[in-house]
Amino acid sequence: MKIHEYQAKGLLKQAGVPVPRGIVARTADEAAAAFDELGGSLAVVKSQIHAGGRGKGRFKEHPDQPGVVLVRSAAEARENAERMLGSTLVTIQTGEDGKQVNTLLVEEGLDIARELYLGIVVDRGEGGAVMMMSSEGGTEIEIVAHESPEKIFKQPIDGGYGLQPAQARSLAQRLELDPAAWRSAESFLPTFARFFTQNDCSMAEINPLIVTADGQLVALDAKVGFDDNAMFRHKNFAELRDLSEEEPAEVRAADAGLSYVKLDGNIGCLVNGAGLAMSTMDLIKHHGGEPANFLDVGGGANVDQVTEAFRIILSDENVKAVLVNIFGGIMKCDVIVEALLSAYDNIGFTVPLVVRLEGTNVEKAREMLNSSGRDIITATDLTDAAQKVVGSISA
Amino acid sequence: MSILVTKETRVICQGITGKTGLFHSQKCREYAKECQPDVDVFVGGVTPGKGGQTVDDFPVFNSVAESIAKTGANATMIFVPPPFCADAIIEAADAGIKLIIAITEGVPTLDMVRVMHFLAKTDSRLVGPNCPGVITPGVAKIGIMPGYIHTPGTCGLISKSGTLTYEAAWQLGNVGLGQSTAFGIGGDPIIGTDFIDLLEMFENDPGTESILMIGEIGGNAEVLAAEYIRDHVTKPVAGFIAGQTAPPGKRMGHAGAIISGGSGTAAEKIEALEAAGVSVAKSPADMGKAVLEAIAKA
Repeated sequence: MKIHEYQAKGLLKQAGVPVPRGIVARTADEAAAAFDELGGSLAVVKSQIHAGGRGKGRFKEHPDQPGVVLVRSAAEARENAERMLGSTLVTIQTGEDGKQVNTLLVEEGLDIARELYLGIVVDRGEGGAVMMMSSEGGTEIEIVAHESPEKIFKQPIDGGYGLQPAQARSLAQRLELDPAAWRSAESFLPTFARFFTQNDCSMAEINPLIVTADGQLVALDAKVGFDDNAMFRHKNFAELRDLSEEEPAEVRAADAGLSYVKLDGNIGCLVNGAGLAMSTMDLIKHHGGEPANFLDVGGGANVDQVTEAFRIILSDENVKAVLVNIFGGIMKCDVIVEALLSAYDNIGFTVPLVVRLEGTNVEKAREMLNSSGRDIITATDLTDAAQKVVGSISA
Repeated sequence: MSILVTKETRVICQGITGKTGLFHSQKCREYAKECQPDVDVFVGGVTPGKGGQTVDDFPVFNSVAESIAKTGANATMIFVPPPFCADAIIEAADAGIKLIIAITEGVPTLDMVRVMHFLAKTDSRLVGPNCPGVITPGVAKIGIMPGYIHTPGTCGLISKSGTLTYEAAWQLGNVGLGQSTAFGIGGDPIIGTDFIDLLEMFENDPGTESILMIGEIGGNAEVLAAEYIRDHVTKPVAGFIAGQTAPPGKRMGHAGAIISGGSGTAAEKIEALEAAGVSVAKSPADMGKAVLEAIAKA
């Protein structure tokens, strides 16, 4: 689960990680009032959407308006907020549809001496969390990793003892920070590492992390994602979720216990198991088709789940045919066919449906399909299934 | 011959009083009885607080340590719910169980970091979590895979997935190779036993003549495995990578199946495997055939 920058900064502040003073604004008046309350001569007005690249992003309705803007008066804050709120911000990460901005974060301007990159990820090779820092603040870490990997410094975070001050100091020294900033790093970095583990983050990134003119580290931006599997022990995070940032069909699928990802093709697929579902997409592509989605119905698919799965697949107007690929293990094929037939009748199919079954009780299941009287194309193996479903569209 | 699951394996189930734990313990017991009619392979289960009870003739114990003392168990199959799975794994390792197979899906990643930290100090081996388990066809299965789709044979099977493993096992049966032992290692970011551990064991197992490894997008385990194969494996190896059409930045079902920052793509994994001499199937329909090709090439 991802959250907004202002939410991440709220949590970081609670945890003792320094962030700029900031106020959330949902109207232009609130943005102007925020400027006055902050009391400085300079403030930053930042669009709150989950996607990155906001500073370089522009609004569809106002092509000259950037997603993040410096303002020098309350009136300027108001004018910018009026253009930003309710408008659609398009960034390198949103795709061309963009995202509507409903919330702004107004923050104090700071005296910046240096901009750094700070991130923590779970590194599979290390078998734990690893802190990454780079002197190239503001740049995407993937680009730095690609172009100048020697500029990235890594420090594994011990699962038992966390990040030690000496390790933080070492990072500060490798980044050639001014000795005045070492003390700040000894506190900031271990606190940030503790924030990561205590909140079951899947990733946390501060880009840029700034060093102020007086040697203090401050999180100028913050991007945090949580491990969905750990949400049972962070029930309070549920209220941080912003459903308007998520694909509606994916939310609907998750509610039904299905795993769904929308793609751009025209052949819908319904599969049991994530690996087989990915492979089914590959299979369609291999035979010249384009998959419209990833959909894993899981191990215990029942009539309700299969019906909902079909509804979600068919809610995509691009879908011109559907392939069902089931390897029935513990879940017997005949039970799946019962669910399939009920779902088929519930829906009223208008596009070709190809079904490939294998596994427990497959003969009985195929017989049920063939004698069902419904217009369902049965396939004997993977290749046959792919050819039939691709052929059903081109025919 | 086989690896890890052998005729000496004796298994308890942690979480046996749950519906799923009991169901699969029964299925595993049935399969083991068909293969080895004269011995009890599945010897009981553990649910703290329910010690002394029996469920469908399985004795239930309060702790793993007690179950070992009473039954001589040397392996465990874990079905406890995700919030308690890490603790169950640690209990098993602490009690001295050598083979821990965690089926549970949805274990928090940082719990697994803690588990791996703990296991490093023991000689226990973990398979999973979020995996179908392990089967040595004709001997025993510890996991949720249907027994009958697996035929005894000579190909070592390693896969991150569940139903895709079944598909592969089925194809291996159809091309007449069967499996020495088949492993689902799980699709989570942090897992116990990885490709390389099993490649090494299969290489050293006299009963294994070829290897099929099935990976997917996300992480770099397949790339590291390819390097290992190039340097250390002499037996023919075939492979398949799922997710060639997966978009970047989207989690494809498995917690670990995500292309992030342009790395962990199927293309880079396939390239690494092919460079190591592995026969990579282009279509999931051709996994069995790819093993035959690898054998013919050797």
